Amino acid sequence: MKAMFTGFVAAVLIAVGAYYGLHELGFSAAETGAGPNVRLN
Amino acid sequence: MSRNSKGFGGFFLVALALLVFALAAGPLFNQSAPEADVQAQLAEAREATGGAQTLYDILRRQQGLPVDESFRADAIGGDALSAPGLGPLGGASDPELWRALRYNKADVNVSTQGDVGKVLVQDGGMQWYQFREGPLATYGGWLLLGTIGALILFYLGRGRIKLDEPKTGRTVTRFQAFERFSHWLLAGSFVLLGITGLLTLFGRKVIVPLMGHEANATLLMVSKYIHNNLAFAFMLGLILVFVLWVWHNIPDRTDITWFAQAGGIIGKNHPPAKKFNGGQKIIFWSVILLGASISVSGVSLLFPYELPLFAKTFAILNDLGLPALVGMDTLPTALAPQEEMQLAQLWHAIVAFVLMAIIIAHIYIGSVGMEGAFDAMGSGEVDEAWAHQHHSLWLEEVKAKEGKAPGQATPAE
Repeated sequence: MKAMFTGFVAAVLIAVGAYYGLHELGFSAAETGAGPNVRLN
Repeated sequence: MSRNSKGFGGFFLVALALLVFALAAGPLFNQSAPEADVQAQLAEAREATGGAQTLYDILRRQQGLPVDESFRADAIGGDALSAPGLGPLGGASDPELWRALRYNKADVNVSTQGDVGKVLVQDGGMQWYQFREGPLATYGGWLLLGTIGALILFYLGRGRIKLDEPKTGRTVTRFQAFERFSHWLLAGSFVLLGITGLLTLFGRKVIVPLMGHEANATLLMVSKYIHNNLAFAFMLGLILVFVLWVWHNIPDRTDITWFAQAGGIIGKNHPPAKKFNGGQKIIFWSVILLGASISVSGVSLLFPYELPLFAKTFAILNDLGLPALVGMDTLPTALAPQEEMQLAQLWHAIVAFVLMAIIIAHIYIGSVGMEGAFDAMGSGEVDEAWAHQHHSLWLEEVKAKEGKAPGQATPAE
């Protein structure tokens, strides 16, 4: 069962890493799909 | 007289042969003649309306049949566009300008300077929306419910697949820790991706009436974060599982026996199997192929407009002649960036529904459906009696490696 829970934890860690990693790399929709002339708020 | 009757007999045979041939091949030849008639009638009707929409177009649209929109798409002003001294539109009218925008033929300049922003009217979005809310949600939902229903019926009829022999108390290692870790990385992420995907598709239909708009909005937002980011764990798990188990999942002759006995359902014996039996190989290749397809369309959706897939795929399919083979028109190869996304979303969901149905069956057989099956992925250790019943050839291989005959092993630690 340890391997199962480790797998689940790893999935969560990868997801969190992807979230922050992609934002750092500038892949957010706000950065890729809009220009300075687009008002998002 | 006799010559006449022989001649009649020959004529009768030839006529019969021609009749059979006509009945068999009729549909193949029939298409061209009426189609030519239709085209001639359509051209006449088009002339009668001065090139505008005809009754034929309206009827086809009402029947849900494809309509040749070129009479509209091409009516965007023509030479009048460049008529001098008449302002930015030349001699073109407003309707012609709107048609040019709708069919993506206007010379548009946008501040985002991309192909996406240049598409100002995109009526393909309506087809996508209707398909997503209609057939996709309906058939997809019934596929999952039908699978669950069929499994409940199977359980009620067949019951749990139990061990024929009593447990030996001796265990063999079925899956190493890293194999189990990879399996659960893939499985855990897939289940969450499935749930969040379903929430996204059915939120408006199911959650809003039950819990209201606020709750649905919150669930959708959380679902989006989970779905978009957990996708990477799924893809990693998919690669790991592929590398770890592909060698054991190459079809071989033992699968023929396994399928001939339907995995033990036909007859009383359990067919011999290696590490993975025929059914498990089906699951494995389904996960790999459908999972890879879901991943590719998912990546295309994760990075919108960066990785369009369908125009190129459709062009290849057209070149191979596959749409014509099944009686379809050629597939469109000039797709707006938004249409690429719409098709990616539909493909992503359709393939995901099929994989979810397969995985529901996999979860059933790996848990309540079969005694001792969960141990293989839980602790990694299975009883020798279980291994002998379900994977006899694999057990022999393991024992041969250990240098002991089956039944002489000591309990694993």
